[in-house]
Amino acid sequence: MTATTVADTETRAPRGPVPNALTSAQLPRFVELYTLAGALAVSAAVLAMTGFSIVGWLVLSAVLYLVSLGILSTVVENRRKATDRVVRGLVTIAFLLAVIPLVSTLVTVIIGGAPSLTWDFVTKTGGSVFDPSTLKVTIVQGAWQAVVGTLIITGVATLISVPIGILAAIYLVEYAQPQQWMARTVTFLVDVMTGIPSIVAGLFAFSLFTLLVGPKAFSGFSASVALSVLMIPIVVRSTEEMLKLVSSELREASFALGVTKFATIVRVVLPTAIAGIITGVMLAISRVIGETAPIFIAASFTSNFNANPFSGPMETLAVKAYADYKFPSQDIAASYQSAWGAALLLVLLVVILNLVARIIAKAFAPRGLR
Amino acid sequence: MSKRINVRDLDVYYSDFLAVEGVSMTIEPRTVTAFIGPSGCGKSTFLRTLNRMHEVIPGARVRGEVLIDGDNLYAPGVDPVLVRRQVGMVFQRANPFPTMSIRDNVLAGVKLNSRRMPKSDQDSLVERSLRGANLWNEVKDRLQLPGSGLSGGQQQRLCIARAIAVSPDVLLMDEPCSALDPISTLAIEDLIEELKQDYTIVIVTHNMQQATRVSDKTAFFNIAGSGKPGRLIEYDDTATIFTKPSVQATEDYVSGRFG
Repeated sequence: MTATTVADTETRAPRGPVPNALTSAQLPRFVELYTLAGALAVSAAVLAMTGFSIVGWLVLSAVLYLVSLGILSTVVENRRKATDRVVRGLVTIAFLLAVIPLVSTLVTVIIGGAPSLTWDFVTKTGGSVFDPSTLKVTIVQGAWQAVVGTLIITGVATLISVPIGILAAIYLVEYAQPQQWMARTVTFLVDVMTGIPSIVAGLFAFSLFTLLVGPKAFSGFSASVALSVLMIPIVVRSTEEMLKLVSSELREASFALGVTKFATIVRVVLPTAIAGIITGVMLAISRVIGETAPIFIAASFTSNFNANPFSGPMETLAVKAYADYKFPSQDIAASYQSAWGAALLLVLLVVILNLVARIIAKAFAPRGLR
Repeated sequence: MSKRINVRDLDVYYSDFLAVEGVSMTIEPRTVTAFIGPSGCGKSTFLRTLNRMHEVIPGARVRGEVLIDGDNLYAPGVDPVLVRRQVGMVFQRANPFPTMSIRDNVLAGVKLNSRRMPKSDQDSLVERSLRGANLWNEVKDRLQLPGSGLSGGQQQRLCIARAIAVSPDVLLMDEPCSALDPISTLAIEDLIEELKQDYTIVIVTHNMQQATRVSDKTAFFNIAGSGKPGRLIEYDDTATIFTKPSVQATEDYVSGRFG
């Protein structure tokens, strides 16, 4: 008899809400989307009366959304949840605000540069060609000299900065005592150099080579020196952080096997940190590859092909974009178009470099931690 | 293979701070010696002075003598790298090299020191060391896989294999089982029992049952208060230390009446 009643109560489904001391009132699941749609509609209606503009519409919608969601949540739920929803909305809006300029720049560059980005544009040297038989001057738009210049100048700058930067970081992390005056001085100078304006680096390289070589000493190499001044501190900083992440236990394990300090650094510490170091180097390259002012000062600009970094002016893509825009040829529209093309090419180059960096970093990442 | 350690009146300093004071003891070859004592009493610090590993910490220095078969570790001109090739060490947390496979981890001492070795010798060294660490049967089919993929107990035994692959005379172990489960701990304790045939072993442990299980002699370290140096209170046969110690503090500590 009692057994059946137990079975009865077990099988009977509960009717109505189950009393539970842990529940509280909750807004429906997609309330944020509904509120957003409502805010967009209401503000569109309001602006339709006063005069519509996209910026005004978005701003008003955002304000309306935050206020109405806050009020709704306070009434139905409680203050804690209302605060949570409003702050979450604020954070999302801040994120969108941060993304807008990025996306907008990218879209503008792609729209502006896509038409001129042909195979000829990439592989031909730009400039005017004089045909003696017809006495006609034709202007060729091409960026080959700037592509080569960018790769050479940035490549040489990387060759100078990476060994210096990585070795300096190794000194700071592995050899220097933290309180030693030399380590502190180097760290301080690296910090100062990180914030150095790029034009100062350009002037430094230009005046250095003017003193060494003579007046009008434009060369790709002096631009590379200017870029190294900007790159070294970034490489030092990022490598330093990566080396510090290698746990001291690994170093101790190596020392305890009777391995010398040098072998420990080269064979244990560096391989463990190599992925991060490469990423840091690539970030440093991306940072300087788009520099304009220092290269403009140190290497000037040219539409002639010059693959020798030690003599004569050399052009990079960033400088080409600037020069085409500021000093256009007779065909102004074509020059502007070429400037956009150079800008897009530069962006593509940076994207490719970043992808390569990711692949390399993945390939070198310690096995088992991938 | 195995050597005698003689410590004479050793003081250990971190900069100006005296961490361990006046330790003298003799550790016989082919024995297991356990260091016990409360945290911060300097037993790990003292252990690290036995292969000059404390020098890794800036400002650390010692006064006194440590003789290994009569050679003073702290005589002028002694190369700490040579010391550490004779006195191996296993750490509290297993730390296999993450960039290396299991095989390369065992060979790390050889490879990192750029010693050339024919492949057949390498293979037999890997097998011998892993067998010595009771790990061979578990990993023989995956020697090329990363060492960090093993379980905690296996990683610790891999570290022991790595340490014995350079054939040291003395093996120091700094709480080798404190991060391991009882089964892995048992495996390591069995291993210590076997390694005793060839090596002089010194082990720091917080587990007093472990000390009674594995060690022949036990040293009790204590500290008078924070900021005071740690001292060696009593050093005797393990059975004596745990049944009828001659110092009251030792008895309080081993019977759990401490503090």
